[in-house]
Amino acid sequence: MPEGPKALAWAPAPGHVVPIIRLESDPEFKKRLLADASAAISEFGYSGAQGEHMLVVENTPRIHNLVVCTLCSCYPWPVLGLPPVWYKSAPYRSRAVIDPRGVLREFGTELAEHVEVRVWDSTAELRYLVLPERPAGSENTSEEELAALVTRDAMVGVRKVTIEETGGG
Amino acid sequence: MNGVHDMGGMHGFGPVEYERDEPVFHEPWEGRVYALTRAMGAWRRWNIDASRHSRELIPPADYLRMSYYEKWHAGLIRLLIEHGLVTQAELESGKPASDSPKATPALSVEQAAAFTARGTFSRDVPATPRFAAGQRVRARNIHPTGHIRLPRYARGKLGTVDRNHGVFVFPDTNAHFQGENPQHLYSVRFAARELWGEQAAARDSVYIDMWDDYLERA
Repeated sequence: MPEGPKALAWAPAPGHVVPIIRLESDPEFKKRLLADASAAISEFGYSGAQGEHMLVVENTPRIHNLVVCTLCSCYPWPVLGLPPVWYKSAPYRSRAVIDPRGVLREFGTELAEHVEVRVWDSTAELRYLVLPERPAGSENTSEEELAALVTRDAMVGVRKVTIEETGGG
Repeated sequence: MNGVHDMGGMHGFGPVEYERDEPVFHEPWEGRVYALTRAMGAWRRWNIDASRHSRELIPPADYLRMSYYEKWHAGLIRLLIEHGLVTQAELESGKPASDSPKATPALSVEQAAAFTARGTFSRDVPATPRFAAGQRVRARNIHPTGHIRLPRYARGKLGTVDRNHGVFVFPDTNAHFQGENPQHLYSVRFAARELWGEQAAARDSVYIDMWDDYLERA
């Protein structure tokens, strides 16, 4: 957990997203997280501006979620920090809704045709976080090790979590 | 307003440019603009919706040329002048006029986190939802010149209510200081093919948060 004022905890870093990964050992927490993400995440001390109404959407082998704000730059600050330039840029804002698979490909994320892509356009004060899939081959990986692999990019939905070098974030 | 900020579905902006190990701010002035905007917003002379609208009012060519925090700076200046906190003469001279009021007491670092907390945007007021989860709806085909959070690419399109988020402040009136007009807010699922035609993947979809006033029965 980072030190300092929680409302301004903006430095995205591996381990910053611990709340999201403590799921398989704590199914009750997962339930709370999916039902009311702001309340569940505040248990870890993360709350504040741009995180008043957070909502977690879960990736599965059949569903891939991607978050955008086409109208401005809405983003869950208390958990992910301030948004990176690419998230606020015209290419991402214009294309994420009309060509999500093309955008994902630029991030190295190839999705099979049968996977359903759900794009979340943050037009209100709801702030979306993607709950990434547990990476393949991680059966013996501890929660701490997994937490270190979860990147900002995975929680926006532009990348998957992988055991190897996750790239960026 | 049908501004250039409403970018969903536009072509021609090129690939997404990713910066590895991107710093939070690229220049010290960006952090200052961020802090100024948060600190001035905390005086409650305007609200988040008015703040967003002030950036939408940047002329289109400037909006596309400016960096993100340049837009924040331009939007803040517009609000400061509109709300009488700073005059054009003060901006040009860089010095406060001798008779300009001062914030009292001055905001301290210790107070900053509590002072800049925004509160929530949901409202615990009775409001009857006009739609229910699972219901087919059409996004209204409206083009107001003021603030609106219904993206152009969805107007007139058919969708399905996925869930009701509860009662929230309505940005279209709040941005213009015409009241919070709290109403039900829904997540509405639009099939990608409804929005973009046959080129889109059959199973893909876009979920958009929409207030009661953006929707009509399908």
